[in-house]
Amino acid sequence: MTQFLQQLINGLSLGSIYALIALGYTMVYGILKLINFAHGEVFMVGAYTGFYAAGFLGVADFEAQNHSFPLYLALLVLIIAMAAAALLGMTIEFLAYRPVRSAPRLTPLITAIGVSLFLQNAGMLLFSPNPQRYPAILSEVRFAVFGVIVTNIKLTIFAVALCLMFGLHLFVQKTWTGRAMRALSFNIDAAKLMGIDTNQVIRVTFAIGSALAAAGGILFGLDQITINPLMGVLTGLKAFVAAVLGGIGSIPGAVVGGLLIGLAEQLTAGYLSPEYRDAITFLILILILLLKPEGLLGVVRVEKV
Amino acid sequence: MRALIRFGIAALILLAIYGLEFGVEAAFTEYVQRIILLAGINVILAVGLNLINGTTGQFSIGHAGFMAVGAYGAAFVGVKLAPPVHGALGSGPLADAVVFNVALLVGALFAGISGLIVGMPSLRLRGDYLAVVTLGFGEIIRILFNNATFLGSATGYSGDDPSGLPAYTNFFWVFAWATAIVTLIHNLTFSQTGRSLTAIREDEIAAEAMATPTTRLKVTAFAISAATAGVAGGLFAHMQAGVRPEDFRFERSIDMIVMIIVGGLGSISGAILGGIFVAVSLELMRDLQQYRLVLYALLLIVIMIVRPEGLLGTRELHHLLRRKKTAKPATPTESA
Repeated sequence: MTQFLQQLINGLSLGSIYALIALGYTMVYGILKLINFAHGEVFMVGAYTGFYAAGFLGVADFEAQNHSFPLYLALLVLIIAMAAAALLGMTIEFLAYRPVRSAPRLTPLITAIGVSLFLQNAGMLLFSPNPQRYPAILSEVRFAVFGVIVTNIKLTIFAVALCLMFGLHLFVQKTWTGRAMRALSFNIDAAKLMGIDTNQVIRVTFAIGSALAAAGGILFGLDQITINPLMGVLTGLKAFVAAVLGGIGSIPGAVVGGLLIGLAEQLTAGYLSPEYRDAITFLILILILLLKPEGLLGVVRVEKV
Repeated sequence: MRALIRFGIAALILLAIYGLEFGVEAAFTEYVQRIILLAGINVILAVGLNLINGTTGQFSIGHAGFMAVGAYGAAFVGVKLAPPVHGALGSGPLADAVVFNVALLVGALFAGISGLIVGMPSLRLRGDYLAVVTLGFGEIIRILFNNATFLGSATGYSGDDPSGLPAYTNFFWVFAWATAIVTLIHNLTFSQTGRSLTAIREDEIAAEAMATPTTRLKVTAFAISAATAGVAGGLFAHMQAGVRPEDFRFERSIDMIVMIIVGGLGSISGAILGGIFVAVSLELMRDLQQYRLVLYALLLIVIMIVRPEGLLGTRELHHLLRRKKTAKPATPTESA
């Protein structure tokens, strides 16, 4: 029982990171019907921006003096990384996706693969291919609850992810731009006819999705301790599976899917074998494609000619 | 009669490749010969991948996984099959040829079956799920081979003999297989089935409305494509002394995609040119190893934005040449 609760906590914190990344996939797919392969790399760049920002703000000095990094600086790191990733997302959209937006659907897909590949390898040239130890922008405090070890890091990950997701929910449901985003995902041509500046809305979508991925990147660095330029490949893939599991295009679906994938992964690692933790995700993907391709919370849409 | 003529042509081509082999071995250094073999293997990969990515319009980005399955399958079967066959036929070139080709076929079969397993759930749906599933498959299969102790784990499989796998792969076999596969894919592409595949690429809903069994055709095309990648993997395995999981990283799938996109998605001659282009450019860029993928990535993006149909588009080289020959010079008409 204790072990189960332990895996549950680990799974939920990992799952909330997947959920943050999955939101970006699902929002872009909902509007453009594009699998944004570069999203995993935006997550990676976010983690690295946080890494360098923390270094710039002197995290090493605090560690050397055995002080914990002040909370307002940790928040600053988060904001810097989110802003940088938002900028990157908008740039990718403008340079690589907008020119091919009206092309047949294979063209943007290949472009997205190209962007992803470019960022991975540019990352290896810029950041060095070796894994880096993530700076302790939060110093770990462990406490035991009924024999289950809970760290403040796991709790923070869960809390930050929850706050961001709630913020996104408010944004999409309550603001004008959020309503425009929903209109675009419903019918982009009709939205254009209603006078919505689609370019602007798509740009905002990319910015928000990328910022959430960057937050996920920093939380991932805190959780897994090391980062490397290829971290976005497998994590991005799992987050995409999370989006499909929840129903691609659905924002609550991405959250549910992310948490489920995180749980499935941790339980597999805990009860079967850590070697299968990556394979379980793809088993889930295959099963969901076979049994319920619209996802758990997705809606079946009639194919129109 | 017609069958006889075809048989004669095939025999002539094989004889020509056999003759060429001596020329190539005499004229080029071992280094150049290796590039030529790699180009031949690339042609098989590119033409096979083009069937699914170009002709059918479904995007696989994990073909290195099928190549790996074929390579490991062919290497394993080749090693295990050699003793009984050598016992029955003596250890001559005939026995080697039998072992090698059976091994390649079995490798292709394994790759084809994994293609079916991957393709069936993901190709039922429209959309880009195949891309994600194949990407995942390519990664997972590498992890599996990395952990399979009976296949040598991370150090790779090189048979029971300490000198490694026998180097069966030579000019003759590479180009005989390449010719066979190009012919097969060409005939398939220009058959009625091929037209259905093109119809799926152009408009899947319309194709379905015309009673085209879209799912079955997509899965079949995908399995054939995976099997050809398996053949290429088997040839590749017997060119090296062994197969390692490292040989089939994501980069190799990207190499294949570059091959077919440079040449033109949907064009067989384009895929052939692309395969040769990648083999040569890999060698030329050997010193720029760490920049290679950055350059490839930029190449993909720029081609997609500037000329998304690639060099040849869906046209074939020989069709272009024929059209030029038969085209009558346009007579300028005088208009008042």
